Amino acid sequence: MADVHLGLKKLREKFPSSILAEKTFRGEVTVTVPKGMILEICRFLYSDPDLRYHFLTDLCGLDLFPDTPRFGVVYLLYSMKNNERLRLKARIGEGESVASVESIWKAADWLEREVYDLFGIPFENHPDLRRILLWEGYEGHPLRKDYPVEGPDFDKPFVPEV
Amino acid sequence: MGIETSLENTPFLPVLDKVVNWGRKYSIWPVTFGLACCALEMMVASMATWDIARFGSEVFRPSPRQADLMIVAGTLTKKMAPMVKRIYEQMPEPKWVIALGACACSGGIFRTYSVVQGVDQILPVDFYVPGCPPKPEALLAALVKLQKKIEGESLANRKDVPGRLALGK
Repeated sequence: MADVHLGLKKLREKFPSSILAEKTFRGEVTVTVPKGMILEICRFLYSDPDLRYHFLTDLCGLDLFPDTPRFGVVYLLYSMKNNERLRLKARIGEGESVASVESIWKAADWLEREVYDLFGIPFENHPDLRRILLWEGYEGHPLRKDYPVEGPDFDKPFVPEV
Repeated sequence: MGIETSLENTPFLPVLDKVVNWGRKYSIWPVTFGLACCALEMMVASMATWDIARFGSEVFRPSPRQADLMIVAGTLTKKMAPMVKRIYEQMPEPKWVIALGACACSGGIFRTYSVVQGVDQILPVDFYVPGCPPKPEALLAALVKLQKKIEGESLANRKDVPGRLALGK
């Protein structure tokens, strides 16, 4: 791997004030950015001719309870042009929303729905924001740290609607 | 309903029982569906080494309407439960249920919000096969036990006709 991480270098040049933290561990680069800048930074990483982060490997949520801001969203990006990976992180407070990157990567559609389903983080301008793993009408977001593992009504018999 | 209606309370019914049960117990057709990893043990039970065909149950039916036995093989999630219940209700009587594996018996290791804690909450289970997963021999043992159970059943004992359970065991 090259000594200089091209994505990190370009981000430093283009968005010097938006890099809240950066960390390199065993060749993995993590950049923390403000949540309001997510869409702009992602669009830059995708469309810059030298970077071309065209592959959204994964998008996942975090619950850092009892820290504030409580939630986080992590974007794992891959550039096939440079064989280079970049991890973007943004912190989101309780009740706040974050911009959807579905307009950049189609793959973000279901991934954002999953984060919404299990963490309850809403995504702005998402085309179809509803639950994806749990069923319609389910209450609560199970991957939140304050959600009981067994869920509500665990001791009652389960009666499915047929 | 059938011929058993006119033969009830006559000496012919036990004879008919014997003939029909003999036919039933050697052609228990399971409905094809697997929910999780236990389904692989169910599949391997139909392969040459264990050969479920020795007991007449090799005909896994893709349609519940042609099946007699439901082998619930694997973890039943609450989201999947309505579909399983519907498949069971589409099966014609007489029908039997085997809960295969720890998850189907009791929820297994998944003591969580998303998993049904045992399929007996939604279906009447005849035999429980514990194990994670159970060996194919365990499934065959349950099948043989089911054949023994069918031997003892009577045509007069129909689950779908209320008030006619008096003659049944």
